[in-house]
Amino acid sequence: MTKLKIPVSADDHAEGPESAAVTLVEYGDYECPHCGRAYAIVKRIQKHFGKRLRFVFRNFPLTQSHPNAEAAAESAEFAAAHGKFWEMHDLLFENQEQLDSGLFLDLARKLGLSTPALSLALEEEHFADRVRADFSGGVRSGVNGTPTFFLNGVRYDGSWEFPELLLTVDEAVETSSQPTQH
Amino acid sequence: MTVSTNESQGTGAGTLLAPGTKAPEFTLPYAPGQTFSLSELRGKPVILAFYPADWSPTCGDQIGLYNEILPEFQKFGAELLGISVDGPWCHKAFIENRKLRFKLLADFEPKGAVARQYGAYRGADGISERALFVIDKNGVIAWSYLSPIRVNPGADGILEALEKLPK
Repeated sequence: MTKLKIPVSADDHAEGPESAAVTLVEYGDYECPHCGRAYAIVKRIQKHFGKRLRFVFRNFPLTQSHPNAEAAAESAEFAAAHGKFWEMHDLLFENQEQLDSGLFLDLARKLGLSTPALSLALEEEHFADRVRADFSGGVRSGVNGTPTFFLNGVRYDGSWEFPELLLTVDEAVETSSQPTQH
Repeated sequence: MTVSTNESQGTGAGTLLAPGTKAPEFTLPYAPGQTFSLSELRGKPVILAFYPADWSPTCGDQIGLYNEILPEFQKFGAELLGISVDGPWCHKAFIENRKLRFKLLADFEPKGAVARQYGAYRGADGISERALFVIDKNGVIAWSYLSPIRVNPGADGILEALEKLPK
């Protein structure tokens, strides 16, 4: 059983309440087509479980095979610094096939963020350490490709297709809402 | 979810060489016409990653992942060697295609001989197991792990083993 070594904290990007029965952590790459597909599935899962689920996204850019993944991750972190992480995260996945520096600036503009500030942040790698920290933590936790999911702190090696993920999260919700036996 | 015994244990493979065992020496081609010996790395920790085959799917692929996280291994001064029964020309094409930054050794002739020595051969399928070894700077196995063949083991076990090596 492979466990999440870096616990979810206030530094994470999370949707859903801390008190949620289930926390789903994804290590993902904006340029990875599997993550693009998982993005839509996770949205449906979030909609289904509402406040019973907290979803956390961490960066795991596979830069050797995906030339735009690092800059995409840093753009999302730039948006996060201005309170727009999830907006940028969603737009990046929704425009996954057009990822390049022009798109990052367009998306920033769309979100009302300063484009010169984003250009500077990318050029000077202001958010590279943050992305690298996510990546290293992921490696330590046994992330074995993208996307890798952790369900309540344990790596989920099963299928993340909608029916299977739905069932798995549902079981986790059931388990965690049962009263603890002493 | 059930995992069959054959999948998790391998079919007919011996047991993996255990920690404390001297890592068997070998010389294998890593490119057409070029060979490499384990003893060339004496003095450095070595990660030996047996894997079933080149060209498994991208993104979730173990070799591609290790290529991405190579700097994490290098922090320990460790050298990574991939090893499968694919021939050197196959490795060459795979390395070029995936831009791999470490050597892949061809355990090709006699087929799987090194995998057998390490107890990491899957006789029924004619391929290596997905097996990991961390060898210390003196050439002694410090850690070994047999992964279910369909599960990419990631690198957490390797990093923990490297961390525990005496400095």
